[in-house]
Amino acid sequence: MRSCLFFKEMRNISRLFVIALLAMISLSKAIAQDGDAASGETLFNNNCKACHSPKDEVVVGPGLKGIQQRRDLAWIVKWVKNPNGVIQAGDEYAVALYNKFNKAQMTAFPAFGDKEVKDILAYIEKANTAVAAAPAGATNTAQAVSGGSGPSDLFTYILVALLLVMLLVLGVLLAIVSILSKAVSGDVSSSEGTSMGDKLRNGLVAFSKNSAVRSATVWFFILMVTKATIDGMYGIGVQQGYAPKQPIAFSHKLHAGQYKVDCNYCHTGVNRGKSATIPSANICMNCHGVIKKESPEIQKIYTAIEKNQPIEWVRIHNLPDLAYFNHAQHVNVGGVQCQQCHGEIQTMEVVEQRSSLTMGWCIDCHRKTDVNTKGNAYYDKLTALHAKKSKEPLKVADIGGLECSKCHY
Amino acid sequence: MENQTKRYWKGLEELRNDETFIKNAHNEFGSFEPTDSGSNKSIVDGTGSDRRDFLKVLGFGVAAVSLAACDAPVKKSVPYLNKPIDTFPSIADWYASTYAEGGDYASILVKTREGRPIKIEGNKQSSISKGGVSARAHASLLALYDAEKLKGPKKGEVDADWDVIDKEITTQLASIAGKGGQIRIVSSTILSPSTKAVISDFTAKYPTTKHVMYDANSVAGLVKANGDAFGKAVVPSYDFSKAKVVVGVSCDFLGTWISPEVFAQQYVQGRKLSSAKGGKRDMLRHYQFETALSLTGSNADYRTAIKPSQEGLIALTLYNKVTGKAAASLGADVDKMLEKAAKDLKAAQGAAVVVSGSNDPNVQIVVNALNEALGSYGSTIDLNTPVNFRQGNDLAMNELIDGVKSGSVSAVVFYGCNPVYDHPRGAELKDGLSKSALSVSFADRSDETSSLCKYIAPAPHYLESWGDAEPKAGFYSLQQPAISLIFKTRQAQSSLLKWAGLSSDFYAYLRNYWKTNIITGADFEGAWTKALHDGVLEKGAAVAGSSVSGTAGVDGAIATINSTYKANATALEVVLYEKVGMGTGALANNPWLQEFPEPITKACWDNYASISQKTAKELGLAQDDVVKVEIKGKSVELPVIVQPGQANGTVAIAIGYGREKAGKAGNGVGVNVYPLAQFKGGFVNFSAGDGTLSKTGETRKIAQTQTHDTVMGRKAVLQEARLAEYQKDTKAGRYFPHVVTSEGLKSPGEISLWNGYEKPNHSWGMAIDLNSCTGCGACVISCQVENNVSVVGRQEVINRREMHWIRIDRYYSSDAVEDLKALEIASENPEVTFQPLMCQHCGNAPCETVCPVLATTHSTEGLNQMAYNRCVGTRYCANNCPYKVRRFNWFKYFDNDNFDYHYNNDLGKMVINPDVTVRSRGVIEKCSMCVQRIQEGKLNAKKERRRPVDGEIVTACAQSCPTEAIVFGDMNDPESRLSKLLSEEKEGRAFQMLEEINVKPQISYLVKIRNKDVDANLVKIRNKDVDAKAATAESHAEHGGH
Repeated sequence: MRSCLFFKEMRNISRLFVIALLAMISLSKAIAQDGDAASGETLFNNNCKACHSPKDEVVVGPGLKGIQQRRDLAWIVKWVKNPNGVIQAGDEYAVALYNKFNKAQMTAFPAFGDKEVKDILAYIEKANTAVAAAPAGATNTAQAVSGGSGPSDLFTYILVALLLVMLLVLGVLLAIVSILSKAVSGDVSSSEGTSMGDKLRNGLVAFSKNSAVRSATVWFFILMVTKATIDGMYGIGVQQGYAPKQPIAFSHKLHAGQYKVDCNYCHTGVNRGKSATIPSANICMNCHGVIKKESPEIQKIYTAIEKNQPIEWVRIHNLPDLAYFNHAQHVNVGGVQCQQCHGEIQTMEVVEQRSSLTMGWCIDCHRKTDVNTKGNAYYDKLTALHAKKSKEPLKVADIGGLECSKCHY
Repeated sequence: MENQTKRYWKGLEELRNDETFIKNAHNEFGSFEPTDSGSNKSIVDGTGSDRRDFLKVLGFGVAAVSLAACDAPVKKSVPYLNKPIDTFPSIADWYASTYAEGGDYASILVKTREGRPIKIEGNKQSSISKGGVSARAHASLLALYDAEKLKGPKKGEVDADWDVIDKEITTQLASIAGKGGQIRIVSSTILSPSTKAVISDFTAKYPTTKHVMYDANSVAGLVKANGDAFGKAVVPSYDFSKAKVVVGVSCDFLGTWISPEVFAQQYVQGRKLSSAKGGKRDMLRHYQFETALSLTGSNADYRTAIKPSQEGLIALTLYNKVTGKAAASLGADVDKMLEKAAKDLKAAQGAAVVVSGSNDPNVQIVVNALNEALGSYGSTIDLNTPVNFRQGNDLAMNELIDGVKSGSVSAVVFYGCNPVYDHPRGAELKDGLSKSALSVSFADRSDETSSLCKYIAPAPHYLESWGDAEPKAGFYSLQQPAISLIFKTRQAQSSLLKWAGLSSDFYAYLRNYWKTNIITGADFEGAWTKALHDGVLEKGAAVAGSSVSGTAGVDGAIATINSTYKANATALEVVLYEKVGMGTGALANNPWLQEFPEPITKACWDNYASISQKTAKELGLAQDDVVKVEIKGKSVELPVIVQPGQANGTVAIAIGYGREKAGKAGNGVGVNVYPLAQFKGGFVNFSAGDGTLSKTGETRKIAQTQTHDTVMGRKAVLQEARLAEYQKDTKAGRYFPHVVTSEGLKSPGEISLWNGYEKPNHSWGMAIDLNSCTGCGACVISCQVENNVSVVGRQEVINRREMHWIRIDRYYSSDAVEDLKALEIASENPEVTFQPLMCQHCGNAPCETVCPVLATTHSTEGLNQMAYNRCVGTRYCANNCPYKVRRFNWFKYFDNDNFDYHYNNDLGKMVINPDVTVRSRGVIEKCSMCVQRIQEGKLNAKKERRRPVDGEIVTACAQSCPTEAIVFGDMNDPESRLSKLLSEEKEGRAFQMLEEINVKPQISYLVKIRNKDVDANLVKIRNKDVDAKAATAESHAEHGGH
């Protein structure tokens, strides 16, 4: 309860000092491309991820790396809004793509406009830049610490370095300009006897003594530290990237990825109640009663059964007690894919917390997600009422999805 | 609340406008006194702070930061090893079972989460309890997680092994039986037929065994009278729903007598009204003659205060008047009322019933004759299907105590009883018990009786046990465990079987008993599984009986009554009574029950001497004065409570207090008055006789909640009318406030600053029928269990900081009182109204607009939401709430040893409902309309791709109301029971509390109707008054604030 949170908060407060040092780095989040990569990421995760990878591997549809080089924006927007239309219109590229992917047609996103597509493209680009800069394997610890959802840190380091170089160049240029202008105005005598270097130094000293410059610098740093502190505060208690070692080295990559075992097979509660449930040992034994019995990891299950002592897994996704979350509502009723919140679980050797699980993250999704009203008589009246008022699809937020006591009581 | 010619008040201090009352009324949150552990102030628990504490905490904080920074706290998630196929974590499992403790009975459903029982609800399949569960049965859950229970068997003071004590007890029993020594099994009422079979098997092995049953709240006199009059020594079934006139003589049948929840259901069925076209417009009329103001008396239409010494004569006079014989006078007021009651009874021939709570067989014989004369047998009373709720035999118990005292009983086994504490002759038993060679108790703790026994073989809680019950002849009920054994305990039945040399597997024994005696058909397995699933098996086999005249022996009884009762005794008489919450005191270590405000006095954590205002004045006593009550050489010291309605010249004291070995919560609370009870012809008599009261000079504050949370004299809180007025006009008694605007008078609902909220999906609401609410308080405990409401303790209740989310306001009222003298008369025998009050979930909620941090907001389903983690504790909301239903957490009430009420240990905390946040210090909380149940119900519907069905989602209070006074539902669903009820009552009894301030509550109340004659004088005053009121109402507009 509170005491737990207290410790967690204290631990995180100590991290703030580290974060404050990285203040400038965090600021670089503001520097973005044409589209907003952060909102693009959410859009991508909610809508595209089930079929597309931001890299170049094929999931269901093609990988989206370099999409902007392949097609122009107008085409992409048209395609996303109405893929069928583009194919029907006989667009060569589109038809080729359609045939290449076994005539499986992409879902249309009529609600997406230029803004959304640009955001997604920004995200794709960012995802690829970050990966290119940081080779695989170098886990980004700083990100886990700050808990932010911004660009990778190496990327920000580069940007900051560039910024510094540019400032330096600017300073030098200003100095040169001032010297040259003095020379031109014939004020050479005054500079007689002083070297070029001295002049530059004097110029810089004068520049730094300027009170406006000084106060601007001070304010600049205060604001940056404040922002970094606030950003850091939002990260308190957020365990994004938390990937503890488990008592048994169970691989989701193998089971869910390679062997494509359905999530529901083991997580039996996911359609029924709050908890998706960690499978009990008897579920493991359905297969491992026969398969790979001799593996030392699987032997641990046998030992547990023999000793009649349940396996103590380490809990990864820790929602605080004050928040109510129900898997059945999201998976059974809402039709949300596991990956949307848990990330590409089928690729994880060791499971880690991919989403921040903050209230902002919840609310954000509730604002953007359409209610899965199809075939559910519960929503009939609500959709009818909503249709009268608005042409937009019914969002979770429209039916009280942002109200306090939906999750807190 | 002066919309009528009535004046309402919650306590005498309010009636008198005491200085403290006014001070408290204005001081919203009570005084800032610390808890009674004032000496050890600490910043950590919030009892105080100084600079040193601040530095300590700062230092700790720094240390904690550096430590905590090292490692993240790791939380473990432990799945089942082998998951039961139908059990899913986070989804509740329900089991049908039976609550049958000491003769109290209810067929129940037990809600378990992850294997832990967390809630008890009524089983509507039972035709006896019909889903009714008393406050005590709700609270009995907590006893399961009482850490002070024994963890295993004991030999004397020492822990022992079952094998060892089994061997020793068996050897000793054999040797005693071999020598022909007497063996006794002493128990309270046993409803279980299979347990009785176990006892008879035990008796077969040890033939000198006799089984003695006694009840702390005995009705042995009634059984004896029925035996004498009809040849059937039983408690008959009563059916108040068939009655048009009910007369109770010192009989608290709605609160404590025999099976109050069952009676309350029947009684209210006869009193429900409907404003619909062709709806029911008549109700039963209830006369009550009693000493202390009881729950039953407070529901009566006509109540008369009598002295205990008049009790027998009341029954006799009524009998004489009904049968047309000459009757003696008992005083003008009483005579008048008896005359009126007799007239009504005679008119309702065949649909009348007279009940008496007396344990004197002579009185009961006269009451039987009276009922016979009224034709009640066969209509409102059924002798052929007796009930088994009270089987105690006072005479046999006396014989036992004599036997133990004289040393003629060699072995005594106590089962489900604690006679050293709860029998009037407990002290004699205590002294004599050492003379028995063997004494064994099955008690769950080392209590007053078991601590004196040579062995304690602790039996588990009923939720850990197998069993059955036969509450009524031919109606069976099964008890199944909802959790496996918590401690090394063993069922009493298993122990008895083991000691009798039989297999100790009671489950097998039970099944076998049912197979041979109850389910005799071919498909036993099927029928057994069904009975286990349903919880009940009702065959309803009527016992064929000879009909003997009810007047047998009546002449003798009359003679005895005439000689033993007095029409106008003057001495101060002491009477003992049972409290609705605490009962006989068996569950004294239950903080929920200790803090449950007694329905009438609204006092908790104590018993006290109730006296009338007149008596207090005569004796020079005031509230909270500690007095010494002396009767026949015995005395107790306890504080005085000045109680309206108490008969003059009498003192009433509750049993069930003064436990010495119940546990931390129960020990030393109040005084044990069982020893004051007397015997009349061998029968326990709670009318203890003449006594004296003397002031000791000390005072002890009684923790009373009655004038807490006052509504500051706002109007239209309560609305009531008389039946005849209602029959003429369904809106009788309604108050229609008006507001002056520039466009003339308007009703407050027509003008508003606010736009209101859209409720497109659901609109949850409630209707509370003031006519159906008997004030029993089952909802209070049910809500407390469901919503993890904290217990705060006696001192904190005195500090006005109780936490109950739902309270039942008890208002006294009297007609047209203007001067002070009239006030005193008014307080002698006032009318009583109960009004359950929880958050009204206002549409224009005053609390929402003042919260600076938006911690309390409105939902699109009509709920006023409270986000605890957003709350910073300004308490502005509580201040601005016109209903005073918001509660502030002054302390952290869990994991805090200053609040030692089971929430500070791991076992006790198992009772916490995991779906509801445990609130921490510094936040406001209040009724959420059981939003967790709403969410669950909606999700279940969504999972099945449908709309929720009416009745599927019910709040804890509505669910637990035995009389269905609270109806919960979706007002957007035109087919819901609530919508239908409100549409019927819209032009009738439905009103919203404090309508004049236009806060648009989601909760409606239905006007209380009393079946009293309309007094012509009163009508005249009332009409005049209404005209005058209308004139003044026009002159000044009513605003919300003050």
